[in-house]
Amino acid sequence: MIYRWISILFVASLALTAQAQTQEAPDVLVKRVAEDVLQTIRSDKDLQAGNQAKVKQLIESKLAPHFDFSRMTALAMGRNWRSATPEQQKALTDEFRTLLVRTYSGALSNYRDNTMDYAALRTNPGDTEVTVRTSVRRPGQAPVPIDYSMAKTPDGWKAYDVIVAGVSLVTNYRDEFNDAVKSSGVDGLIKMLVDKNKGPTPK
Amino acid sequence: MNRPARSIAPALAIACALLAGCAVAPSRDDPFEQWNRAMYSVHQAVDGNVIKPIAEGYVKATPEPVRTGISNFFGNIDDLFTGINNVLQGKKERAGDDFGRVLLNSTFGIGGILDLASTMGVAKDKTDFGITFGKWGAAQGPYLFIPLFGPTTVRDGTGWLVRIYASPIGFINDVPVRNSVYGLNYLDTRAQLLSAEGVLDAAALDKYRYLRNAYLRARRYQVYEGKPPPEEEE
Repeated sequence: MIYRWISILFVASLALTAQAQTQEAPDVLVKRVAEDVLQTIRSDKDLQAGNQAKVKQLIESKLAPHFDFSRMTALAMGRNWRSATPEQQKALTDEFRTLLVRTYSGALSNYRDNTMDYAALRTNPGDTEVTVRTSVRRPGQAPVPIDYSMAKTPDGWKAYDVIVAGVSLVTNYRDEFNDAVKSSGVDGLIKMLVDKNKGPTPK
Repeated sequence: MNRPARSIAPALAIACALLAGCAVAPSRDDPFEQWNRAMYSVHQAVDGNVIKPIAEGYVKATPEPVRTGISNFFGNIDDLFTGINNVLQGKKERAGDDFGRVLLNSTFGIGGILDLASTMGVAKDKTDFGITFGKWGAAQGPYLFIPLFGPTTVRDGTGWLVRIYASPIGFINDVPVRNSVYGLNYLDTRAQLLSAEGVLDAAALDKYRYLRNAYLRARRYQVYEGKPPPEEEE
């Protein structure tokens, strides 16, 4: 059943899409993007069948713009981030981004039967960091809570972590990255990510 | 809210103490990592070559409505145990919903094949004996990877044994029928994991570790009702 949680970890990104209207409230943004992406999947047979080119295009155009990949990478690296050179940081960010996009590409078509509930967000006008809470319902299964950690940026609110049923994407990768850096250094980790991304496209 | 559950707790205090005894982990959560990794390899070999192809064949050969009915049937039994555990955790209202679901789905839902309760807005919940033991104070104990079963811990695995022992399927007297139902239950569960494991393949640098850490965090989150204390930094 843990596979299911992990799977839903990636439906999470569904919630982030479409042309960013600057300073659109974060919960409004999450809802708009999620509904847009779900609607797109429901109305497109190619997406449901897992057409990789189309899926990737959907992710790049509607989801990826609402994630702050460099912050995600920095958080996932933890204290190792500062010991990486700017070139290494860039390579890490690019490869991690590719890994996440590939993962979503394999998973996205499964989400056509999902519906999402959105909790009301209580914030103060000056907030620059919020957690948007949602929950995903799938037929025959208990709802799964999905939280988005979001920060205000000049380009609107962007997600830097997704927490699915208590499992933080960033924290789970921090374990992976930490162990990799410990055993083979930052370059070793970069190589691992490159190799992983070169592997067969996951289904 | 959880108070009522505590009055039942002493009855299981001994079991919990035993579990906690095992839980004195020399190296955090996974003292048997080497053994577990070996078991994970065994699992991947057997599952990948035998079980997974069967599950894929089952998905291909069985129309979706039939599979949904089968999933709902077993899900109805899950609801029963979720209700029992919510009682044990002192969550009476939620347990009421769970038992209401079982009652409705078992009767008008034709033995659980239809999930009418969800259609009517009584959402499904999910908890188990492992979570109940955790709420009563039992520590997770060492992490275990059991081939063909998956990730668990001493505490959660004990919960599963309780569940299997108490399952209504065990009360079927006809042995071939009973075993067929167990088999179908397993197949149904495995088939439901097919789409998700592709995600694990894609996401993880080290699948064993990724799965373990996600499992332990998700369980911890459930025991603390979505508000776990911060993790200790290594």
